[in-house]
Formats: sequence, C-alpha cells, structure tokens
Amino acid sequence: MNEQQWRDEAQRIADRIRLRVLQNTVSRNGGYLSQACSSAEIFSALYTRILRLNELDVPLMPGDFTGTPGPDHPAVTGAAFNGAGRSDCDNFILSPAQYALVLYATLVETGRMDLRGMARYDQDGSAVEMIGAEHSPGMEVTTGSLGQGISQAAGIAFARRQRGDQGRVVLLMSDGECQSGEFWEAVQAMSYHKLGNMLIYVDVNGYQCDGKMTSVMNLEPFHDRLTAFGARVYRIDGHDLSKLAELGLQPACDVPTFVLCDTDPCRGLPILKGRYPKFHYVRFTSEDERAAYAAVYQEMAKEVR
Amino acid sequence: MEILKKVHARNLATWAKDKPDVYVLSADLTGSSEADLFRDTYPERFLSMGIAEQNMLAFAGGMAREGLVPLVHTFAVFIYRRAYDQIAMSVAYPNLPVKMFGFLPGVLTPGGATHQAIEDIAVMRALPNMTILESGDATDIESVLDVAYNVNGPVYVRQLRGEVPRLFPANEPMRLGQYRKLSEGRDFVLLTSGICTEEGMRAVAALRDCNVAVSHYHISTLKPFKHPELMDEIARSRFGAITLENHSVIGGLGTIVAECMASYGVAKPLYRLGIQDTFVHGASRRYLMREYGLDAMALIGTVEKVLDRKFGIREQDLMETYTPAMHSDAKPEAL
Repeated sequence: MNEQQWRDEAQRIADRIRLRVLQNTVSRNGGYLSQACSSAEIFSALYTRILRLNELDVPLMPGDFTGTPGPDHPAVTGAAFNGAGRSDCDNFILSPAQYALVLYATLVETGRMDLRGMARYDQDGSAVEMIGAEHSPGMEVTTGSLGQGISQAAGIAFARRQRGDQGRVVLLMSDGECQSGEFWEAVQAMSYHKLGNMLIYVDVNGYQCDGKMTSVMNLEPFHDRLTAFGARVYRIDGHDLSKLAELGLQPACDVPTFVLCDTDPCRGLPILKGRYPKFHYVRFTSEDERAAYAAVYQEMAKEVR
Repeated sequence: MEILKKVHARNLATWAKDKPDVYVLSADLTGSSEADLFRDTYPERFLSMGIAEQNMLAFAGGMAREGLVPLVHTFAVFIYRRAYDQIAMSVAYPNLPVKMFGFLPGVLTPGGATHQAIEDIAVMRALPNMTILESGDATDIESVLDVAYNVNGPVYVRQLRGEVPRLFPANEPMRLGQYRKLSEGRDFVLLTSGICTEEGMRAVAALRDCNVAVSHYHISTLKPFKHPELMDEIARSRFGAITLENHSVIGGLGTIVAECMASYGVAKPLYRLGIQDTFVHGASRRYLMREYGLDAMALIGTVEKVLDRKFGIREQDLMETYTPAMHSDAKPEAL
C-alpha cells in the first residue's frame, strides 16, 4: 500500500469510527460522541500504521463479564484484541477509559472485534463496558481513574526495557487528565529513568466535563511545561494522519516522546457545535434533537464507504 | 411515591444564601455532583479545581484554617481514594470543617470499578475526627447540609443526586446521631442505610404479610454510632440483626453494628448483607443490586434461610420501587 492509499484507507476508517459512535449515540440516546470526533484520526493512525501489533486470524467476539481479578479468578485481559504476545509488539494503553466506545469502534473497523460485539455495549453483564476496565476489548489495564494510566504504562515500559523487549508502550491520553498531579509525577519519573520506549499521544481537544478547559483549570503552555519536565514534545494537528503516523514511526530517543494532538471535538459533526461548551457526554435534550442527529447519521452513512 | 429531581442542587443554592463563609470546590464534575446551580448563583464562592483531587482536599484544609467552610463536591470514589493522605493530614488531623459530598456511592454508578466507592465508609471511618453521614431520600438530602455544617470538624457525606424518592416526611429532617424507626417487630432488627433503606422497606412489608415482624431502622449517621437501646432490642429479638448496605460488608454498617454488638455483649447472630469483599463491575444499578445481593429479594432470602422457610414472594409482588433510568433527564452530566 503506498502512502496515498494508506491515507485514504486510514481516513475511511476514521470516518467510520465517527459514524459508528454516532449511530450508537443516537440509538442509545446518549454517548461519548465528541471523543470520537476529536480522536478518530488518532485511533485510525494508531491501529493502521503506528502500533506494531500481532495480526488476528479472525475478529474476536467479546464475552460476558466473568469476575474481577483474584486468586481464584485470573485477570481477564482485553489485550487479546490487540494480539498481545510478542516481545517486539507494542502495548497500547488507553488512559481515559471514557473513550472505550471509540476504541471498540476502532477494533471493529480494523477487523479486531466482531461487529456483533458492539450490540453488547453497556449491556448488563457484558464485558463491553461503557467505561472500560481491563476485561473490556482492547483494554490492557484499568485506567478510568484519570491520571493513573501513564504511571502504569511507565511501569510496564520499565519492565519491558529490563527484559530487553523491542516493543514500545504506546499511550493515548486526554488533555483533561493532565491536570492531575500524578501525571506530572509520571513525566518526571519517565524522564529521570529515561523511558525512551514510551510514546504518548494526547488528544488535546480543549474540553472536559465542566466545559472549556481554560475555564476549568489551565494547562497551557502545555508544550513548554512538558519540555521543562524533560520529555521530547511535538505539537501537531491531530487530524493530520500523515503527521500522526510520521511521528509514531520515528526512531526513539532516550526520553519519552509526547505528541500533543490539537483536535476539534466537533470534527466531522458540525451539529455538535450547538452544544458548546459542554461536549463531554451527549444526552439528547428532546426527541427533536435526537431526530436531528439521526438525520445527520443518515446523511453520513450515505457518504462514508 | 413522590419523586424529586435535583434536590441537592436546589437545596444547596437556597441554603447557602445567607452563609457567606460557605464555598464550593469542584473537580470537573460540577453538574454531575449537582453544584452547578450554586456555581451559577454565587460564582465568587465557587472554585473550579480541575481533575486534581489531592490538591483540592489539602487546599480546602487551608481555606478552613482561615475560617471558610469548603464544601467539596465530586464523586465519592474520587474523594477518598485519590486524596486520602491529604484528607488525613490536611483536614482530619487539624479537625477542620471541610465538608465532603461524595456522589454516586457504591453501585449507583455504571462506571465500573474505577467509579464505584465500595469501601469509602471503611477507610473514612478509620480516620479520627471524621463524621460520616449518608442520605437515603429527598428529606435526608434537604437536611444533611445543616447537619454537616453544624458538626465541629470534617464530615464525609454519601450523597444522592438526580431523581430520588421521598421516603420520610419533609418536616422530619435528618439529625446527627439519630436513626429513623420505620417499623416495629420482635423477630428481627434490620438496620439499613442509603438506597438500601427503600429496599428494606419493601422487604419488611412483604415479610409482614408472611407473619415475620421486623423492627426496621434507617441509619444516616454512620459515625459516631452509639445506640445502646438498639443493642438491647437486638438482644431481645427472636432471631437477631440484619444489616443491608450499598457498601462492602467490611468496614461499613455491618461492621459498625458488629462492633457495637460485641462491645455491649449482645449474643445474637448478625447477618451482614452488602458487597461481599469483591470489586464490582460496570452495569446498571438494578442489575448490580440483584447480582451483589443488595436488594429486597436478597433480604427476604436471608430471612428465609434463617427461618428455614420459603415464602414464595416474587419480585413483582413487592411494593413498587423507583429506579431512575440510567440516562434520565435529571442526570445532568455523565460520568
């Protein structure tokens, strides 16, 4: 596949991720929709080019929730959907588990999860949980308490380096969780211990649950702050597939690499702008609003291959 | 049954009007913890702290040292798990009047293990100086602010949001250290808290029809807990005591009652219903209550086992209960 063909295919997958999450949101009268709009290209680039993952023979069908980890019940891991196993493969860790639906949609679109698994989303007794845990498809660790994903990822990266693995630890974060102290403690430790095998994409969509991030707690100048903490930092257009992939394929250095992806929480779905500044979770306020989104879905479904 | 929406949001805004010392701190869950009306009404007394709970709790301690009364608002789980040392050293040790409002306790959230506060009473109760309250209905929600405010020290409140039933008369407010007696009976003494009280009421009504008489108490002050008269009643009961709580059986209401019974030398069995020392997963409230045995049917099953009888009570025979839809209109925001 040449560069242009890949870009076309990756864009098609990104469009289908948005479409699928929109469909789910309309049918359930609610969902984490803006997260799909902002991060669809990031997920697509990760799963089509950046991540080194084992291929799967067939898409996997997610099962029921069978219990939490314990001495009599070994932890069930969603890593199987990422084809986990080889020492030269990457880990993928999703830090904001609120993005789980976007991950599930990505797994379906990249042939890693059986489409029928989407019907199990947020159903009682299902492992395809609304806020995923490590038994959910594609989830390798339990991360929904924001800020902890990066520290766990750092520990995994350290252990993998000790073992001599070639595989990297690739993390997707949201910008809001970078407000927590633990995030900065993690960056401090990652730089100090020279965890160059870590690659972190941050979906900088600029919004969090309460609204625009600058009206909740300021993080800027984010790039400069991270640089001062000793990381290698890039800031790019988070919808630019080529740029996303290029930075994910460059050689590692001896400190962790951050790719700050400036994104639009309404990308590909202009109707969402009507909900400014609250994008964290979409719950339709009326049947009219839901119908309007359903109409947008019908139009989108015609355009997206 | 009367169902009310956003009781805390409205009550907080009204209650705080003539209390210039009261501030609200929020960690990016302002609408989700019903502090939005306060924020819009008194913007100068609202502090947005971002997703950074450790700082928020110690910051609140600093404010309280200077005479302000910070009301911390976020999900229950993010208060005690994310900022425990800060609560211990910056709030509890100096006995400062920081009032913590923890929303979506136990299985009330579908957000899974990361969002479910199942051992908050256990860990907060172990802190010296800490008072612990839990609301069970709209009347409790309306009066818990006064109770918390008048305690000389830190208070942790398991608070309810969204659509809630009114189980208790509106003119009978929650009072510190006082329980509510809901029924009289000599067979069992039942103690319930939070959302489990409604379940207890349903079970007690059905058991009464089967000639099982239960003395039922709603407990809203979990610490301090000093009730010698209840211990006497358990001692006099035919079959002992049952506790039912939306929390682990380790360290919550069941443990509190067990400790109290041991201290008073009450030689009766105690049946502790609650989450049996396990983490929980993401699913709907009604599903989880059934799966983990926190509902009326679990209570009836326990009584059947103790009495070695079968009553043939079916779920649909029970008094109507109210379970808000997971994505109801009154839920102002997501998780």
